[in-house]
Amino acid sequence: MSTMSIALNITTTIQDWLMNMMPEGVANILAMVIVALLYLAIFAVAGLYLVLLERRVAAWFQLRIGPNRVGFQGLLQTMADALKLVSKELTGTERADKFLYNLAPYFVIISSLMALAVFPFTKEFQAFDINIGILFLIAISSIGVIGILLGGWSSNNKFALIGAMRSGVQTISYELSIGLSLLTMVLLTGSLQLSEIVEVQKNGWLILQGHIPAIIAFMIYMIAGTAETNRAPFDMVEAESELGAGFHTEYSGMKFAYFFLAEFINMFIIAAIATTVFFGAWLSPFGITESIPWLGVFWFLGKTLILVFLMMWFRWTFPRLRIDQLLTLEWKYLLPINLVNIVIMAIIVWLNMTIQI
Amino acid sequence: METTTVDTNFKSEEYFINMGPQHPATHGVLRLLLTIDGEIIKRVEPDLGYIHRSIEKMCERDSYQQIVHLTDRMDYLSSHINNEAVCLAVENALELEIPDRVQVIRTIIGELTRIASHTLWWGVMGMDVGALTTYFYGFRDREMINDIFEETCGARLTMNYNIPGGLMFDIHPNFVNRVKEFIGHFKTKLPEYDTLLTGNVIFQKRMKGVGILSKEDAISFGASGPIGRGSGYSCDVRKHHPYSAYDKVKFNEVLKTDGDSFARYQVRIQEMWESLSIVEQLIDNIPEGDHKVTTKVVIKLPKGEFYQKVETARGELGVYIISTGTKNPYRLKFRSPGFSNLSLLNHIAVGGKIGDLVASMATLDLVIPDIDR
Repeated sequence: MSTMSIALNITTTIQDWLMNMMPEGVANILAMVIVALLYLAIFAVAGLYLVLLERRVAAWFQLRIGPNRVGFQGLLQTMADALKLVSKELTGTERADKFLYNLAPYFVIISSLMALAVFPFTKEFQAFDINIGILFLIAISSIGVIGILLGGWSSNNKFALIGAMRSGVQTISYELSIGLSLLTMVLLTGSLQLSEIVEVQKNGWLILQGHIPAIIAFMIYMIAGTAETNRAPFDMVEAESELGAGFHTEYSGMKFAYFFLAEFINMFIIAAIATTVFFGAWLSPFGITESIPWLGVFWFLGKTLILVFLMMWFRWTFPRLRIDQLLTLEWKYLLPINLVNIVIMAIIVWLNMTIQI
Repeated sequence: METTTVDTNFKSEEYFINMGPQHPATHGVLRLLLTIDGEIIKRVEPDLGYIHRSIEKMCERDSYQQIVHLTDRMDYLSSHINNEAVCLAVENALELEIPDRVQVIRTIIGELTRIASHTLWWGVMGMDVGALTTYFYGFRDREMINDIFEETCGARLTMNYNIPGGLMFDIHPNFVNRVKEFIGHFKTKLPEYDTLLTGNVIFQKRMKGVGILSKEDAISFGASGPIGRGSGYSCDVRKHHPYSAYDKVKFNEVLKTDGDSFARYQVRIQEMWESLSIVEQLIDNIPEGDHKVTTKVVIKLPKGEFYQKVETARGELGVYIISTGTKNPYRLKFRSPGFSNLSLLNHIAVGGKIGDLVASMATLDLVIPDIDR
């Protein structure tokens, strides 16, 4: 409770408002429920519209038009798809481990949802401002892979199992790079708390403050982040030309939709972390809209979407790596570069060579 | 040779997995029985028969004019060239004099077919290594050729234009212009293929040094077409046994000596340039004349054995006819390029990863109905 009451954020705002009307205990619980529902709504909408965005971007790259019939410019297309998936029969394999098979999608989706809670969309719009924000994000995003492993293993399908094993290998390897590249930036901020990281960036976004090592860290982060979300060119997990659909081969209906949505939310999360850590979260460039705080949402989402677009660009341009090349890239290139980069960053911080605007 | 015995306590277990008959990478109904150790391929055993239509047996029942129409159901991406093969075999047996106009048009159509087939292969090749966008680029260019063919012969996939004795009908008045338009278009688009895929680091890493086939192996497996030429085996039927107008045009046989997936890839890309140049040389010089010589309504081949081979987009297609002098062949055998090319899959895929298998298989450019006649 202590951390939450210090920071002025959306949970406390709602809490205070409810506190005037009802006893403290009830108000606390109700505030949690309201915030959870709010984030669920954000989750659903963001997921669905990222799918639509992906499809339109893909179409744009591929000389096609993309979905443009359901609703204005296809805006309701993914809603319709989601409705279809909800109403579909859930099929599964006969000898699947039923309990784990049903549990797996929830692991994936819960990890995505929990990570969303800590992002500072604006100064006020943050559900959960804990003092170990970065650590929390890294930890939570690792839970997703358990869901993938469980799903692949329990569906009693060899292709799914290969996909799940690849995912395990890949995610665990690339988490190192994600963690280390974020740590490089933590050296610069001196704090793991996301709101403080944003506060530091009022003197210039961290990618400017940290210049060369920050840019290297950003590049490593984007590569590792793309790998973390299991998207092309690192989509070994699904690799439709090799494994059919990979770990979610045997999932149908809403359970498939959970995996599918989680992929897109994860992409959003990876981009959002990059926005927060490298590009000043809700801060406007040169503080041009500092007087209107709610515009922070616009800046945050704008920066995030640019990075999301970058990841989509990767996906629709690059061929897929082979599993051994994928691991070579991480263990022989990214990881050593990352370690050296941390040392360089430490030296730069020590010698006070950062750029402050 | 030094023999090393590796004795470790690590135990790995080989397992069996079915790839296909319904699998995105097998492009049709090919079934591969894979023995895998983790990700490493230990054995690949192709299993055929899922799209067998007994075309060769049906040929024994049909007249020679009808046989032509069965062949475009074999390798549906080289339908015109397949038709040409049967027509040439019949014409040679009858010792017909084919007008120059027919020969030139057949060559143009054949080369356009080759480009169409290679563009589709390129798109699918990209898709198999995970770059989905290539598919649409390939189809964009194939579409133009398909439109030309639709106008010329009325079909877009199982096309029939060649008949024993010439062509069904003369070329469409738009034909020359549209082909020229296509040449102009494709010359600007073919370099795009290189920018998008060939030059990509990931792609080259996936292709180079993978699926190596030596020249000796290529010959002993009966590899032909771009696969043989990728291993340095000069096997272009158009060069060695010219038919139609191939002796009148200048073109190079594309040879690469690396023998890996990338060499096979490059051969096909280069072949598109060569085909383009062949079409360019001929399109302005289509001689005047008849589009066919009249044959008897019932064609009866003289008693004997006849063989004709052509170069399809996938390699050497042979047509072997045994005739007893009746209106039907006694036996007809197709030597399809895909069948021999598939036979070397195990050879090039063993020891690689699953991803390598898919990539090498893509460079073999398999069309399953061609293998499974």
